[in-house]
Amino acid sequence: MSTVLPRAGVPGPTAASATSTRTPMDDLLATSAAASAHATGHATTAAPTGAQMRPVGSLVDEFQSGLDAPICLTWELTYACNLACVHCLSSSGRRDPRELSTAECKGVIDELQRMQVFYVNIGGGEPTVRKDFWELVDYATAHQVGVKFSTNGSRIDAAVAEKLAASDYVDVQISLDGATAEVNDYVRGPGSYDTAMTAMGHLKDAGFSGFKLSVVCTRQNIGQLDEFKAIADHYGAQLRLTRLRPSGRGADTWDELHPLPEQQKELYDWLVAHGEDVLTGDSFFHLAAYGDALPGLNLCGAGRVVCLIDPIGDVYACPFAIHDEFLAGNVRSEGGFQGVWQTSELFLELREPQSAGACNSCDFFDKCRGGCMAAKFFTGLPMDGPDPECVLGHGEELLKQRGDAFIPKPSMDHSKNLSKRQRLEKAAAERGITLPPEGQPLPVRQNGAGIPDKACDENPLAGFGTAEVVDRGASPSVDRLAGLGFPSRLEG
Amino acid sequence: MSTPTTAPAPADATTQAGAADWAGGHEFSLDAAWTLNPQVALRPERFGALAYHFGTRRLSFLKSPHLLTVVERLADHPTARAACLDAGLDAAQTATFGKALATLARTDMIVPRNPA
Ligand code: SF4
Ligand code: SF4
Repeated sequence: MSTVLPRAGVPGPTAASATSTRTPMDDLLATSAAASAHATGHATTAAPTGAQMRPVGSLVDEFQSGLDAPICLTWELTYACNLACVHCLSSSGRRDPRELSTAECKGVIDELQRMQVFYVNIGGGEPTVRKDFWELVDYATAHQVGVKFSTNGSRIDAAVAEKLAASDYVDVQISLDGATAEVNDYVRGPGSYDTAMTAMGHLKDAGFSGFKLSVVCTRQNIGQLDEFKAIADHYGAQLRLTRLRPSGRGADTWDELHPLPEQQKELYDWLVAHGEDVLTGDSFFHLAAYGDALPGLNLCGAGRVVCLIDPIGDVYACPFAIHDEFLAGNVRSEGGFQGVWQTSELFLELREPQSAGACNSCDFFDKCRGGCMAAKFFTGLPMDGPDPECVLGHGEELLKQRGDAFIPKPSMDHSKNLSKRQRLEKAAAERGITLPPEGQPLPVRQNGAGIPDKACDENPLAGFGTAEVVDRGASPSVDRLAGLGFPSRLEG
Repeated sequence: MSTPTTAPAPADATTQAGAADWAGGHEFSLDAAWTLNPQVALRPERFGALAYHFGTRRLSFLKSPHLLTVVERLADHPTARAACLDAGLDAAQTATFGKALATLARTDMIVPRNPA
């Protein structure tokens, strides 16, 4: 269980005052929630004469053992993409002929409505490439399923921005992996910086405030965090930082792109300083071992409160765990999505208590919990040991010992049928760039929507850990907590 | 869009300033009539409920089944206090739940209702 203090996780002066001046509401929280009681050391304080308060486990425990429906669901509508991304999380490129039809997608939406899944994060691929994209968005929002979609921005023109701004039910996330064209385009492809900026300009002009500017933190951009914040502020967007995970094509480049140990500390310090207004999707709970926990649940939500539906209807435990090992079933099966969520063997297993393995003796386990399941899996590390980016350095040691042992590859690869060099040449040709001869270093990386970027990165739950009622955010994801600061932690 | 653009102010309910900054939020009173915002959906859970506001895209966790009961019954009573009573809460519990309800009001999850 998490022993994070309800407010301790939130950095900054406000947090300090919050923890020192507890209100009756906090007591209520403690009263009704075991988590708070544990965390704060408060005993039950409500008078026992009134309603009998049934003890409820901590939210972390509740979530760990799974809910009847996910809280946050990522749905990749298509593998098709107008870009050919080198680091793409879902190895997208070509459309798959088995992709769910419009009618099938609507059937899934009906199920989500029945299960009260309040919002989905739609990604891909580039979801707007699907001809029925807007039809599905309209259908979802008409059926009480809100939508946040991630896009490379290439299709957000002035008219689309207007349409988006007019809907309360739709949120948008624009990906950017460098605060300058140089850094961004190295990873995401030539021209992609301008594309994202143009899209954000349209959103701003249309009066859409609070859309998400989503950045995957890499070795190349950790030094630009202040600049990202400034860009987000300029466009009236909310900055969202997430962790680079070795999945999809990102697995191939993780070694080169993931932040160095000293950069992780820099990132942690920055997050602590800006915790109030930056979303993280609870991506960084493995950094908690540096000191205070960051706001968030500190729980891997895979298969417990979060999952992924891929374009052909396969249901995986988490958007970053696209591998047979984490495949729970398909929405086309008899019981539909609900059947997969509630009865698949894999998900039931994930909801059982997990072994901490080598992390068992670590003092920080309560906060870090051994990190990310997917990151371990795709770097070939044992699932019940430290994260590859364990801040104590245990992951690095294991990676060294592992050497070149077999590393699992994502199961699906819809990359366009070109070799890496061919894709580079094609991208370069499209943009009128001359490539250096094979074997020479490249000036920029190839065309593409770069680094893995899932709408919900993972753990939707972010945030909860601490608390009580969380107000999470707008984006569903767990984000707000992170960004949080919201007054509410209510609860009851 | 009604989405808040910046992170909602003060981090904690201890800082009441948060109330004023929240566009669309409401000053709560136990002795007024309230109802669930029609834009909010509740999903009952073992621990209480998830409450999701489609307009602000805010998700909240009600960590007590009793809080869920109170929220569901708000519309049937002339005051929030009466709804608490109906849910079996005593005076001390009502005061405590009042704080939680105030947060829900501040975040527009529950809204004032004409007591008619
Ligand atoms: S990204 Fe990692 S930590 Fe998050 S839900 Fe997926 S496997 Fe778990
Ligand atoms: S040893 Fe395990 S629990 Fe401890 S910090 Fe490293 S990954 Fe986290």
